[in-house]
Amino acid sequence: MIEVIIRVLGVVVAFLTLPLLVGQAEHKVMAHMQGRLGPMYAGAFHGWAQLIADGVKFVQKEDVTPADADRPVFRIAPVIALVPYLVALLFIPLGPRDWLVGQPIDIGLFVVLAVVGVGVVAVLMAAWSSANKYSLLGGLRAAAQLLGYELPFVLAAASVAMAAGTLSLPGIVAAWRPWWLLWQLPAMLVFFVAGLAEIRRPPFDMPIADSELVFGYMTEYTGLRFAFFLLAEYVGIVVISALTAVLFLGGWKGPLDGQLGWLWTLVKTFAVSFVVIWVRVSYPRLREDQLQRLCWLVLVPVSLGQLVLTAAVRVLA
Amino acid sequence: MTAADVLLLALGAIAVGAGWRVVITSHLVRAGLWLVVTLGAVAGAYLVLAAELVAWVQVLLYVGAVVVLLLFAVMLTRAPIGASSDLDRPGWTGLLVGGGAALGLGALLLDGYRWQKVDAPAVGSAQLLGGEVFRHWVLPFEVLSVLLLAALIGAIVVSRPAPGDDSGSR
Repeated sequence: MIEVIIRVLGVVVAFLTLPLLVGQAEHKVMAHMQGRLGPMYAGAFHGWAQLIADGVKFVQKEDVTPADADRPVFRIAPVIALVPYLVALLFIPLGPRDWLVGQPIDIGLFVVLAVVGVGVVAVLMAAWSSANKYSLLGGLRAAAQLLGYELPFVLAAASVAMAAGTLSLPGIVAAWRPWWLLWQLPAMLVFFVAGLAEIRRPPFDMPIADSELVFGYMTEYTGLRFAFFLLAEYVGIVVISALTAVLFLGGWKGPLDGQLGWLWTLVKTFAVSFVVIWVRVSYPRLREDQLQRLCWLVLVPVSLGQLVLTAAVRVLA
Repeated sequence: MTAADVLLLALGAIAVGAGWRVVITSHLVRAGLWLVVTLGAVAGAYLVLAAELVAWVQVLLYVGAVVVLLLFAVMLTRAPIGASSDLDRPGWTGLLVGGGAALGLGALLLDGYRWQKVDAPAVGSAQLLGGEVFRHWVLPFEVLSVLLLAALIGAIVVSRPAPGDDSGSR
Protein backbone atom coordinates (compact mmCIF):
# COMPACT_ATOMS: atom_id res chain seq x y z
CA MET A 1 0.00 0.00 0.00
CA ILE A 2 2.78 2.41 0.99
CA GLU A 3 4.62 1.45 -2.16
CA VAL A 4 1.61 2.40 -4.29
CA ILE A 5 1.34 5.76 -2.55
CA ILE A 6 5.04 6.47 -3.11
CA ARG A 7 4.74 5.55 -6.79
CA VAL A 8 1.71 7.78 -7.29
CA LEU A 9 3.43 10.61 -5.40
CA GLY A 10 6.46 10.26 -7.63
CA VAL A 11 4.31 10.51 -10.75
CA VAL A 12 2.46 13.54 -9.33
CA VAL A 13 5.79 15.26 -8.63
CA ALA A 14 6.89 14.55 -12.22
CA PHE A 15 3.48 15.78 -13.38
CA LEU A 16 3.97 19.07 -11.55
CA THR A 17 7.64 19.76 -12.37
CA LEU A 18 8.37 18.44 -15.88
CA PRO A 19 5.70 20.56 -17.65
CA LEU A 20 6.98 23.65 -15.81
CA LEU A 21 10.52 22.92 -16.97
CA VAL A 22 9.31 22.48 -20.55
CA GLY A 23 7.24 25.67 -20.30
CA GLN A 24 10.16 27.71 -19.02
CA ALA A 25 12.41 26.20 -21.71
CA GLU A 26 9.81 27.23 -24.29
CA HIS A 27 9.81 30.83 -23.04
CA LYS A 28 13.57 31.06 -23.25
CA VAL A 29 14.19 29.01 -26.39
CA MET A 30 11.50 30.84 -28.34
CA ALA A 31 12.85 34.17 -27.18
CA HIS A 32 16.41 33.42 -28.20
CA MET A 33 15.34 31.99 -31.56
CA GLN A 34 13.46 35.23 -32.19
CA GLY A 35 16.37 37.45 -31.07
CA ARG A 36 14.89 38.65 -27.76
CA LEU A 37 15.41 37.85 -24.11
CA GLY A 38 12.14 36.40 -22.85
CA PRO A 39 11.17 36.73 -19.18
CA MET A 40 14.07 38.25 -17.22
CA TYR A 41 12.73 39.72 -13.97
CA ALA A 42 10.54 37.20 -12.11
CA GLY A 43 12.74 35.40 -9.58
CA ALA A 44 15.78 37.55 -10.34
CA PHE A 45 17.85 35.00 -12.30
CA HIS A 46 16.77 35.04 -15.96
CA GLY A 47 13.11 35.01 -15.02
CA TRP A 48 13.10 31.45 -13.68
CA ALA A 49 9.95 32.10 -11.59
CA GLN A 50 7.88 33.44 -14.48
CA LEU A 51 5.66 30.36 -14.72
CA ILE A 52 5.07 30.33 -10.96
CA ALA A 53 4.02 33.96 -11.21
CA ASP A 54 1.73 33.01 -14.10
CA GLY A 55 0.23 30.26 -11.95
CA VAL A 56 -0.46 32.68 -9.11
CA LYS A 57 -2.03 35.06 -11.61
CA PHE A 58 -4.33 32.34 -12.98
CA VAL A 59 -5.47 31.39 -9.48
CA GLN A 60 -6.43 34.99 -8.72
CA LYS A 61 -8.47 35.48 -11.88
CA GLU A 62 -12.24 35.28 -11.81
CA ASP A 63 -13.69 31.93 -12.85
CA VAL A 64 -16.33 32.87 -15.40
CA THR A 65 -18.94 30.48 -16.77
CA PRO A 66 -20.87 32.01 -19.68
CA ALA A 67 -24.59 32.47 -19.05
CA ASP A 68 -25.63 30.36 -22.04
CA ALA A 69 -23.12 27.60 -21.40
CA ASP A 70 -24.01 24.07 -20.40
CA ARG A 71 -22.66 24.54 -16.89
CA PRO A 72 -21.70 21.05 -15.65
CA VAL A 73 -20.12 20.04 -18.95
CA PHE A 74 -18.30 23.36 -19.28
CA ARG A 75 -16.88 23.11 -15.78
CA ILE A 76 -15.72 19.50 -15.93
CA ALA A 77 -14.09 19.63 -19.40
CA PRO A 78 -10.67 21.04 -18.29
CA VAL A 79 -10.30 18.27 -15.71
CA ILE A 80 -11.04 15.61 -18.32
CA ALA A 81 -8.47 17.23 -20.60
CA LEU A 82 -5.80 16.89 -17.93
CA VAL A 83 -6.46 13.45 -16.40
CA PRO A 84 -5.56 11.25 -19.44
CA TYR A 85 -2.03 12.65 -19.54
CA LEU A 86 -1.62 12.10 -15.80
CA VAL A 87 -2.66 8.48 -16.27
CA ALA A 88 -0.34 8.12 -19.27
CA LEU A 89 2.62 9.32 -17.18
CA LEU A 90 1.96 6.42 -14.78
CA PHE A 91 3.04 3.87 -17.38
CA ILE A 92 6.09 5.52 -18.95
CA PRO A 93 9.29 3.94 -17.62
CA LEU A 94 12.39 5.93 -16.72
CA GLY A 95 14.62 2.91 -16.34
CA PRO A 96 14.69 -0.87 -16.65
CA ARG A 97 13.84 -1.64 -13.03
CA ASP A 98 10.30 -1.77 -11.72
CA TRP A 99 10.73 1.08 -9.26
CA LEU A 100 11.45 3.47 -12.12
CA VAL A 101 7.95 3.02 -13.56
CA GLY A 102 4.83 4.49 -12.01
CA GLN A 103 2.97 1.25 -12.61
CA PRO A 104 4.67 -1.63 -14.45
CA ILE A 105 2.19 -3.30 -16.79
CA ASP A 106 2.39 -5.79 -19.62
CA ILE A 107 0.57 -3.79 -22.28
CA GLY A 108 1.85 -0.34 -21.32
CA LEU A 109 2.15 0.96 -24.88
CA PHE A 110 -1.44 0.10 -25.65
CA VAL A 111 -2.74 1.66 -22.45
CA VAL A 112 -0.87 4.90 -23.07
CA LEU A 113 -2.21 5.17 -26.63
CA ALA A 114 -5.76 4.40 -25.50
CA VAL A 115 -5.67 6.91 -22.66
CA VAL A 116 -4.16 9.74 -24.71
CA GLY A 117 -6.98 9.27 -27.22
CA VAL A 118 -9.58 10.15 -24.56
CA GLY A 119 -8.42 13.78 -24.46
CA VAL A 120 -10.42 14.59 -27.58
CA VAL A 121 -13.67 14.02 -25.66
CA ALA A 122 -12.68 16.89 -23.35
CA VAL A 123 -12.02 19.14 -26.34
CA LEU A 124 -15.44 18.40 -27.80
CA MET A 125 -17.07 18.97 -24.40
CA ALA A 126 -15.35 22.33 -23.98
CA ALA A 127 -16.13 23.35 -27.54
CA TRP A 128 -19.81 22.53 -27.45
CA SER A 129 -20.66 23.61 -23.92
CA SER A 130 -19.15 27.10 -24.35
CA ALA A 131 -22.12 28.18 -26.52
CA ASN A 132 -19.73 30.14 -28.73
CA LYS A 133 -19.34 29.77 -32.47
CA TYR A 134 -15.55 30.09 -32.34
CA SER A 135 -15.35 27.40 -29.68
CA LEU A 136 -17.55 25.06 -31.68
CA LEU A 137 -15.55 25.62 -34.87
CA GLY A 138 -12.33 24.99 -32.99
CA GLY A 139 -13.75 21.83 -31.44
CA LEU A 140 -14.87 20.45 -34.79
CA ARG A 141 -11.46 21.12 -36.28
CA ALA A 142 -9.83 19.44 -33.30
CA ALA A 143 -12.05 16.37 -33.59
CA ALA A 144 -11.40 16.01 -37.33
CA GLN A 145 -7.67 16.45 -36.74
CA LEU A 146 -7.39 14.07 -33.81
CA LEU A 147 -9.46 11.33 -35.45
CA GLY A 148 -7.29 11.51 -38.55
CA TYR A 149 -3.91 11.66 -36.83
CA GLU A 150 -4.77 8.92 -34.35
CA LEU A 151 -4.35 6.44 -37.20
CA PRO A 152 -0.69 7.10 -38.20
CA PHE A 153 0.10 7.65 -34.50
CA VAL A 154 -1.06 4.17 -33.55
CA LEU A 155 0.32 2.53 -36.71
CA ALA A 156 3.80 3.99 -36.13
CA ALA A 157 3.77 2.77 -32.52
CA ALA A 158 2.55 -0.63 -33.72
CA SER A 159 5.60 -0.88 -35.97
CA VAL A 160 8.01 -0.65 -33.01
CA ALA A 161 5.88 -3.01 -30.95
CA MET A 162 6.05 -5.48 -33.82
CA ALA A 163 9.81 -5.07 -34.15
CA ALA A 164 10.31 -5.65 -30.43
CA GLY A 165 7.69 -8.37 -30.23
CA THR A 166 6.07 -6.90 -27.13
CA LEU A 167 3.61 -4.21 -26.03
CA SER A 168 5.46 -3.58 -22.77
CA LEU A 169 7.35 -0.27 -22.77
CA PRO A 170 10.38 -1.55 -20.81
CA GLY A 171 10.35 -4.62 -23.07
CA ILE A 172 10.54 -2.43 -26.17
CA VAL A 173 13.56 -0.55 -24.81
CA ALA A 174 15.21 -3.83 -23.83
CA ALA A 175 14.83 -5.10 -27.40
CA TRP A 176 15.99 -1.82 -28.93
CA ARG A 177 19.33 -1.70 -30.79
CA PRO A 178 21.08 1.41 -32.13
CA TRP A 179 20.53 0.37 -35.77
CA TRP A 180 16.78 0.66 -35.16
CA LEU A 181 17.37 4.40 -35.48
CA LEU A 182 17.76 3.81 -39.21
CA TRP A 183 15.32 1.02 -39.73
CA GLN A 184 12.49 2.63 -37.73
CA LEU A 185 13.25 6.17 -38.87
CA PRO A 186 10.06 6.61 -40.95
CA ALA A 187 7.96 5.36 -38.04
CA MET A 188 9.74 7.77 -35.69
CA LEU A 189 9.09 10.76 -37.94
CA VAL A 190 5.44 9.76 -38.41
CA PHE A 191 5.01 9.21 -34.68
CA PHE A 192 6.55 12.56 -33.82
CA VAL A 193 4.52 14.53 -36.36
CA ALA A 194 1.28 12.75 -35.48
CA GLY A 195 2.10 13.28 -31.81
CA LEU A 196 2.48 17.01 -32.40
CA ALA A 197 -0.93 16.99 -34.05
CA GLU A 198 -2.40 14.96 -31.18
CA ILE A 199 -1.43 17.64 -28.65
CA ARG A 200 -2.43 20.41 -31.10
CA ARG A 201 0.95 22.11 -31.04
CA PRO A 202 1.94 24.52 -33.80
CA PRO A 203 2.11 24.00 -36.75
CA PHE A 204 -0.93 21.81 -36.08
CA ASP A 205 -2.83 24.35 -33.98
CA MET A 206 -5.66 24.86 -36.45
CA PRO A 207 -8.22 24.11 -33.67
CA ILE A 208 -6.86 27.04 -31.64
CA ALA A 209 -5.75 29.35 -34.49
CA ASP A 210 -5.71 32.54 -32.43
CA SER A 211 -5.73 34.83 -35.46
CA GLU A 212 -9.03 33.48 -36.78
CA LEU A 213 -10.87 31.66 -33.97
CA VAL A 214 -9.89 33.86 -30.98
CA PHE A 215 -8.66 30.81 -29.04
CA GLY A 216 -10.68 27.94 -30.45
CA TYR A 217 -12.33 25.67 -27.92
CA MET A 218 -10.62 27.54 -25.05
CA THR A 219 -12.10 30.94 -25.96
CA GLU A 220 -14.57 31.13 -23.08
CA TYR A 221 -12.28 29.75 -20.38
CA THR A 222 -10.71 31.93 -17.71
CA GLY A 223 -8.53 31.60 -14.64
CA LEU A 224 -7.73 28.19 -13.29
CA ARG A 225 -9.78 26.26 -15.84
CA PHE A 226 -7.89 27.91 -18.67
CA ALA A 227 -4.64 27.12 -16.86
CA PHE A 228 -5.72 23.46 -16.76
CA PHE A 229 -5.96 23.40 -20.55
CA LEU A 230 -2.53 25.03 -20.84
CA LEU A 231 -1.08 22.57 -18.34
CA ALA A 232 -2.61 19.70 -20.34
CA GLU A 233 -0.78 20.98 -23.41
CA TYR A 234 2.58 21.01 -21.63
CA VAL A 235 2.07 17.62 -19.99
CA GLY A 236 1.15 16.48 -23.50
CA ILE A 237 4.56 17.63 -24.74
CA VAL A 238 6.23 15.67 -21.95
CA VAL A 239 4.19 12.53 -22.68
CA ILE A 240 4.76 12.65 -26.45
CA SER A 241 8.48 13.40 -26.03
CA ALA A 242 8.93 10.66 -23.44
CA LEU A 243 7.09 8.19 -25.64
CA THR A 244 9.23 9.11 -28.63
CA ALA A 245 12.36 8.70 -26.50
CA VAL A 246 11.26 5.35 -25.09
CA LEU A 247 9.92 3.87 -28.33
CA PHE A 248 12.40 5.14 -30.89
CA LEU A 249 15.48 6.56 -29.18
CA GLY A 250 16.29 3.67 -26.90
CA GLY A 251 15.04 5.15 -23.61
CA TRP A 252 17.69 4.61 -20.94
CA LYS A 253 20.29 3.08 -23.27
CA GLY A 254 23.54 4.98 -23.51
CA PRO A 255 27.00 5.12 -21.94
CA LEU A 256 26.98 4.14 -18.22
CA ASP A 257 23.34 3.06 -18.46
CA GLY A 258 23.84 0.77 -15.48
CA GLN A 259 23.83 3.73 -13.10
CA LEU A 260 22.57 6.68 -15.11
CA GLY A 261 19.85 5.07 -17.21
CA TRP A 262 17.05 7.26 -15.83
CA LEU A 263 19.12 10.34 -16.65
CA TRP A 264 19.41 9.23 -20.27
CA THR A 265 15.63 8.88 -20.52
CA LEU A 266 15.18 12.38 -19.14
CA VAL A 267 17.87 13.86 -21.40
CA LYS A 268 16.31 12.27 -24.48
CA THR A 269 12.84 13.41 -23.41
CA PHE A 270 14.03 16.98 -23.04
CA ALA A 271 15.90 16.82 -26.33
CA VAL A 272 12.67 15.83 -28.10
CA SER A 273 10.78 18.55 -26.20
CA PHE A 274 13.33 21.04 -27.51
CA VAL A 275 12.55 19.93 -31.06
CA VAL A 276 8.84 20.38 -30.32
CA ILE A 277 9.51 23.99 -29.33
CA TRP A 278 11.87 24.48 -32.27
CA VAL A 279 9.20 23.30 -34.72
CA ARG A 280 6.73 25.75 -33.18
CA VAL A 281 9.05 28.66 -33.81
CA SER A 282 10.05 27.57 -37.31
CA TYR A 283 6.88 26.57 -39.13
CA PRO A 284 3.73 28.53 -39.99
CA ARG A 285 0.37 27.02 -39.15
CA LEU A 286 -0.93 24.43 -41.61
CA ARG A 287 -4.24 25.22 -43.26
CA GLU A 288 -7.08 22.78 -42.56
CA ASP A 289 -6.89 21.11 -45.99
CA GLN A 290 -3.08 20.92 -45.87
CA LEU A 291 -3.38 19.36 -42.44
CA GLN A 292 -5.74 16.61 -43.59
CA ARG A 293 -3.74 16.10 -46.78
CA LEU A 294 -0.51 15.60 -44.81
CA CYS A 295 -2.22 13.06 -42.59
CA TRP A 296 -3.99 10.93 -45.17
CA LEU A 297 -1.65 11.24 -48.15
CA VAL A 298 1.73 11.24 -46.41
CA LEU A 299 1.68 9.94 -42.85
CA VAL A 300 -0.78 7.05 -43.27
CA PRO A 301 0.93 5.58 -46.38
CA VAL A 302 4.38 5.99 -44.82
CA SER A 303 3.32 4.26 -41.61
CA LEU A 304 1.67 1.44 -43.57
CA GLY A 305 4.85 1.02 -45.62
CA GLN A 306 6.86 0.95 -42.41
CA LEU A 307 4.58 -1.76 -41.04
CA VAL A 308 5.18 -3.86 -44.16
CA LEU A 309 8.93 -3.32 -43.86
CA THR A 310 8.94 -4.24 -40.16
CA ALA A 311 6.89 -7.34 -40.80
CA ALA A 312 9.15 -8.40 -43.68
CA VAL A 313 12.32 -7.97 -41.61
CA ARG A 314 10.77 -9.78 -38.66
CA VAL A 315 9.71 -12.75 -40.80
CA LEU A 316 12.89 -13.00 -42.86
CA ALA A 317 15.50 -12.21 -40.22
CA MET B 1 -18.67 -11.45 -1.69
CA THR B 2 -15.13 -10.50 -2.59
CA ALA B 3 -13.91 -6.98 -3.30
CA ALA B 4 -13.90 -7.79 -7.00
CA ASP B 5 -17.60 -8.72 -6.84
CA VAL B 6 -18.47 -5.45 -5.12
CA LEU B 7 -16.46 -3.50 -7.68
CA LEU B 8 -18.11 -5.35 -10.53
CA LEU B 9 -21.58 -4.65 -9.15
CA ALA B 10 -20.75 -0.97 -8.64
CA LEU B 11 -19.41 -0.63 -12.18
CA GLY B 12 -22.44 -2.44 -13.51
CA ALA B 13 -24.72 -0.06 -11.62
CA ILE B 14 -22.84 2.91 -13.08
CA ALA B 15 -23.07 1.46 -16.58
CA VAL B 16 -26.80 0.79 -16.30
CA GLY B 17 -27.51 4.15 -14.65
CA ALA B 18 -25.55 6.08 -17.27
CA GLY B 19 -27.17 4.01 -20.01
CA TRP B 20 -30.55 4.96 -18.57
CA ARG B 21 -29.54 8.61 -18.74
CA VAL B 22 -28.47 8.19 -22.38
CA VAL B 23 -31.99 7.13 -23.27
CA ILE B 24 -33.87 9.42 -20.90
CA THR B 25 -32.09 12.78 -21.27
CA SER B 26 -33.52 15.31 -23.67
CA HIS B 27 -30.15 17.06 -24.03
CA LEU B 28 -28.83 15.72 -27.30
CA VAL B 29 -25.08 16.07 -26.68
CA ARG B 30 -25.31 15.08 -23.04
CA ALA B 31 -26.74 11.75 -24.17
CA GLY B 32 -23.48 11.17 -26.06
CA LEU B 33 -21.46 12.14 -23.00
CA TRP B 34 -23.42 9.74 -20.80
CA LEU B 35 -22.58 7.09 -23.37
CA VAL B 36 -18.91 7.77 -22.62
CA VAL B 37 -19.61 7.06 -18.94
CA THR B 38 -21.42 3.82 -19.81
CA LEU B 39 -18.63 2.57 -22.05
CA GLY B 40 -16.00 3.60 -19.50
CA ALA B 41 -17.80 1.66 -16.76
CA VAL B 42 -18.00 -1.40 -19.00
CA ALA B 43 -14.24 -1.06 -19.65
CA GLY B 44 -13.75 -0.93 -15.89
CA ALA B 45 -15.77 -4.13 -15.54
CA TYR B 46 -13.48 -5.81 -18.08
CA LEU B 47 -10.48 -4.66 -16.04
CA VAL B 48 -11.96 -6.18 -12.87
CA LEU B 49 -12.42 -9.44 -14.77
CA ALA B 50 -8.68 -9.29 -15.67
CA ALA B 51 -9.37 -8.82 -19.38
CA GLU B 52 -6.82 -6.02 -19.65
CA LEU B 53 -6.48 -5.86 -23.41
CA VAL B 54 -10.23 -5.92 -24.09
CA ALA B 55 -10.72 -3.13 -21.56
CA TRP B 56 -8.19 -0.83 -23.22
CA VAL B 57 -9.41 -1.72 -26.71
CA GLN B 58 -12.81 -0.59 -25.48
CA VAL B 59 -11.33 2.74 -24.34
CA LEU B 60 -9.28 3.25 -27.51
CA LEU B 61 -12.01 2.37 -29.99
CA TYR B 62 -15.31 3.21 -28.33
CA VAL B 63 -14.48 6.16 -26.09
CA GLY B 64 -11.66 7.55 -28.21
CA ALA B 65 -13.12 7.05 -31.67
CA VAL B 66 -16.74 5.88 -31.96
CA VAL B 67 -18.29 8.29 -29.46
CA VAL B 68 -16.11 11.11 -30.77
CA LEU B 69 -17.38 10.45 -34.31
CA LEU B 70 -20.92 10.40 -32.97
CA LEU B 71 -20.51 13.69 -31.11
CA PHE B 72 -18.76 15.17 -34.13
CA ALA B 73 -21.68 14.26 -36.38
CA VAL B 74 -24.22 15.64 -33.90
CA MET B 75 -22.30 18.91 -33.54
CA LEU B 76 -21.97 19.28 -37.31
CA THR B 77 -25.71 19.04 -37.80
CA ARG B 78 -27.67 20.19 -34.79
CA ALA B 79 -26.47 20.46 -31.23
CA PRO B 80 -28.58 22.88 -29.21
CA ILE B 81 -27.55 23.62 -25.65
CA GLY B 82 -30.35 22.76 -23.28
CA ALA B 83 -33.30 20.41 -23.64
CA SER B 84 -34.83 19.63 -27.01
CA SER B 85 -38.59 19.26 -26.67
CA ASP B 86 -39.09 17.44 -29.96
CA LEU B 87 -36.98 14.40 -29.12
CA ASP B 88 -39.63 12.41 -27.29
CA ARG B 89 -40.84 9.18 -28.74
CA PRO B 90 -43.65 7.10 -27.28
CA GLY B 91 -42.05 5.13 -24.45
CA TRP B 92 -43.83 1.85 -25.00
CA THR B 93 -41.98 0.94 -28.23
CA GLY B 94 -38.63 1.44 -26.52
CA LEU B 95 -39.81 -0.54 -23.54
CA LEU B 96 -41.01 -3.33 -25.80
CA VAL B 97 -37.80 -3.55 -27.87
CA GLY B 98 -35.32 -2.94 -25.04
CA GLY B 99 -37.16 -5.04 -22.47
CA GLY B 100 -37.73 -7.84 -24.96
CA ALA B 101 -34.10 -7.93 -26.01
CA ALA B 102 -32.88 -7.86 -22.39
CA LEU B 103 -35.32 -10.60 -21.35
CA GLY B 104 -34.46 -12.75 -24.34
CA LEU B 105 -30.71 -12.43 -23.88
CA GLY B 106 -31.00 -12.97 -20.14
CA ALA B 107 -33.09 -16.10 -20.62
CA LEU B 108 -30.65 -17.38 -23.24
CA LEU B 109 -27.65 -16.87 -20.95
CA LEU B 110 -29.40 -18.41 -17.97
CA ASP B 111 -30.50 -21.39 -20.02
CA GLY B 112 -27.05 -21.79 -21.57
CA TYR B 113 -25.02 -21.72 -18.38
CA ARG B 114 -27.51 -22.44 -15.57
CA TRP B 115 -25.34 -21.98 -12.48
CA GLN B 116 -22.30 -23.86 -13.61
CA LYS B 117 -18.91 -22.30 -12.97
CA VAL B 118 -16.63 -21.51 -15.87
CA ASP B 119 -12.90 -21.18 -15.29
CA ALA B 120 -11.66 -17.96 -16.80
CA PRO B 121 -8.04 -17.68 -17.98
CA ALA B 122 -6.02 -15.92 -15.30
CA VAL B 123 -5.25 -12.74 -17.23
CA GLY B 124 -6.56 -11.81 -20.66
CA SER B 125 -3.15 -10.71 -21.86
CA ALA B 126 -2.35 -9.57 -25.38
CA GLN B 127 -0.36 -12.75 -26.01
CA LEU B 128 -3.20 -15.06 -24.98
CA LEU B 129 -5.80 -13.13 -26.94
CA GLY B 130 -3.62 -12.87 -30.04
CA GLY B 131 -2.93 -16.60 -29.94
CA GLU B 132 -6.64 -17.41 -29.64
CA VAL B 133 -7.69 -15.01 -32.40
CA PHE B 134 -5.10 -16.15 -34.90
CA ARG B 135 -5.26 -19.87 -34.08
CA HIS B 136 -8.89 -20.80 -33.39
CA TRP B 137 -10.82 -17.81 -34.66
CA VAL B 138 -8.95 -16.88 -37.84
CA LEU B 139 -11.89 -17.47 -40.15
CA PRO B 140 -14.44 -15.25 -38.32
CA PHE B 141 -11.69 -12.67 -37.90
CA GLU B 142 -10.97 -12.58 -41.63
CA VAL B 143 -14.66 -12.58 -42.53
CA LEU B 144 -15.19 -9.62 -40.21
CA SER B 145 -12.33 -7.72 -41.80
CA VAL B 146 -13.85 -8.34 -45.24
CA LEU B 147 -17.13 -6.97 -43.93
CA LEU B 148 -15.37 -3.84 -42.65
CA LEU B 149 -13.57 -3.46 -45.96
CA ALA B 150 -16.90 -3.68 -47.78
CA ALA B 151 -18.33 -0.98 -45.50
CA LEU B 152 -15.27 1.19 -46.16
CA ILE B 153 -15.61 0.86 -49.94
CA GLY B 154 -19.33 1.53 -49.62
CA ALA B 155 -18.64 4.74 -47.70
CA ILE B 156 -16.20 5.90 -50.38
CA VAL B 157 -18.69 5.13 -53.18
CA VAL B 158 -21.53 6.93 -51.40
CA SER B 159 -19.49 10.03 -50.62
CA ARG B 160 -17.97 10.42 -54.10
CA PRO B 161 -19.89 12.53 -56.59
CA ALA B 162 -21.15 10.53 -59.55
CA PRO B 163 -19.02 10.89 -62.72
CA GLY B 164 -20.12 13.89 -64.77
CA ASP B 165 -22.00 15.36 -61.83
CA ASP B 166 -20.67 18.83 -61.10
CA SER B 167 -23.01 19.55 -58.22
CA GLY B 168 -20.89 17.57 -55.78
CA SER B 169 -18.55 19.32 -53.38
CA ARG B 170 -15.38 20.42 -55.02
